[in-house]
Amino acid sequence: MSRVTLLALQILVAVVCIALWEVLSTVPLFGKILLPPFFFSNPVDVFSQIVKWFASGVIWKHLAITLWESILAFVIGSLGGVLVGFWFARQPLVAAVFDPYVKMANALPRVVLAPIFALWLGLGIWSKVALGVTLVFFIVFFNVYQGVKEVSRTVLDNGRMLGMSERQLMQHVYWPSALSWMFSSLHTSVGFAVVGAVVGEYLGSAAGLGYLIQQAEGVFDVAGVFAGMFVLSAFVILIDMGVTLVERRLLVWRPTAADGRG
Amino acid sequence: MTTPTAVALEDAKVAFRLGDGRVYTAVEKAHLTVAQGEFVAIVGPTGCGKSTLLNVAAGLLKPAAGSAKIFDRPLAGLNRDAGYLFQADALFPWKTALDNVAIGLEIKGTPRAEALPRAQKWLTSVGLGAFAGRYPHMLSGGQRKRVALAQVLIRDPKILLMDEPFGPLDAQTRQVMGNLLLDLWNADRKAVLFVTHDLEEAIALADRVVIMSAGPSSRIIGDWRVTLPRPRDIFEVRLDKEFHALHREIWSVLKDEVMKGYAQSTQAAEAV
Repeated sequence: MSRVTLLALQILVAVVCIALWEVLSTVPLFGKILLPPFFFSNPVDVFSQIVKWFASGVIWKHLAITLWESILAFVIGSLGGVLVGFWFARQPLVAAVFDPYVKMANALPRVVLAPIFALWLGLGIWSKVALGVTLVFFIVFFNVYQGVKEVSRTVLDNGRMLGMSERQLMQHVYWPSALSWMFSSLHTSVGFAVVGAVVGEYLGSAAGLGYLIQQAEGVFDVAGVFAGMFVLSAFVILIDMGVTLVERRLLVWRPTAADGRG
Repeated sequence: MTTPTAVALEDAKVAFRLGDGRVYTAVEKAHLTVAQGEFVAIVGPTGCGKSTLLNVAAGLLKPAAGSAKIFDRPLAGLNRDAGYLFQADALFPWKTALDNVAIGLEIKGTPRAEALPRAQKWLTSVGLGAFAGRYPHMLSGGQRKRVALAQVLIRDPKILLMDEPFGPLDAQTRQVMGNLLLDLWNADRKAVLFVTHDLEEAIALADRVVIMSAGPSSRIIGDWRVTLPRPRDIFEVRLDKEFHALHREIWSVLKDEVMKGYAQSTQAAEAV
């Protein structure tokens, strides 16, 4: 299928869904409206709300805050994950000692941490960053740990036979291998950074997309809730596209599935 | 003899501890020498420990008894005089063909600006001059072996250790690679220890063919000198009368071991 047909079909899905929504929420069928506007709003209202946000410029402040929180959560979480992942993989004893605690910490639903972080770090951006970090850290940590552990034995032996020192093995073998695992989870970890930021905002803040949605919800402004959700989805998709670009640059050496050769 | 022997394994024994605590003896009382400039091939049935012996010479494995000497000096740690060509893919998948070859020099501290043109020269001499920018996954199995060969040879090791390097390749590519190896080897005649399960390949390439018995506790049970004239062409040497005579002679010994090794491996499979 060509790219153009694919794109056309993708757009068609959106058009059909929105058209259905519009019809069902404004035109009475068999004497009654199937999607009452109070609960479902309608596309026109939602769209005009989005336009209003952008026209008045209020949205930019909220977008910027959410973006900033996501970036900080991603960077701090990744850095921590890489460092600890490397350390654990190279020191099996440390990994064995901490294993149950890592599992416990990772099993904890992060939402319950949000009030604690708000208490510790206040209602500003740092409590949201902390929430994102707890999500991002574990994804990156597990991937880097796996990446260092699963370096091919032959490649490692080859490095040794070529005369690499431990430091050179780090630089030329362990590091690229760990990074490739980290980048393969980039979509997930960036997504979780955004989730951490938005959930944190939703649970208590004064700015950000999560705050916007929560405010609308508080006054039963369903159009505002939907508008916030649409802006958030578009925001996440844009970030994801950026990640794809970065990934293509960094993982050129990796065979893609379409390649068919391993 | 005044010139030191490149590789000398004396009474080498290699044992592994199995998961259940038993000790598995792979190789016992192995005596093996490779003189400078000599091409020695080790042939044996599957699982006879020929790669094990090679890993001892590389310093990747320590013998449980006996000694390994490199140029008359006991081997401690990794064998720094040796280049090792692996059976499996051992290239760094995140480096281009050129970088894979250049790394051999960069490790030694050669500046990158100097290493790259030399790596390019080596890639050209293994016939891959136009593939410098490709990553390993974009190359065929045979091309990857060529890069691996260049990666090892650029460091100019005094000894070449090869563990069934052409094993995963198809029959024609193997012969082409064999000829390439002989051409490169002819230029400076390094000591070579070449492990293979293919007797024809061994005779066609080597100065001496060493036969190992079926494992466990396999030993070296035969040592033949190959006097076929050099330089050889692998395609043509196989038509030579002397080649056939030698092949028949060695095969009569090797055949029994292959059968024994096969019987043991099927028994082991049944026991599991």
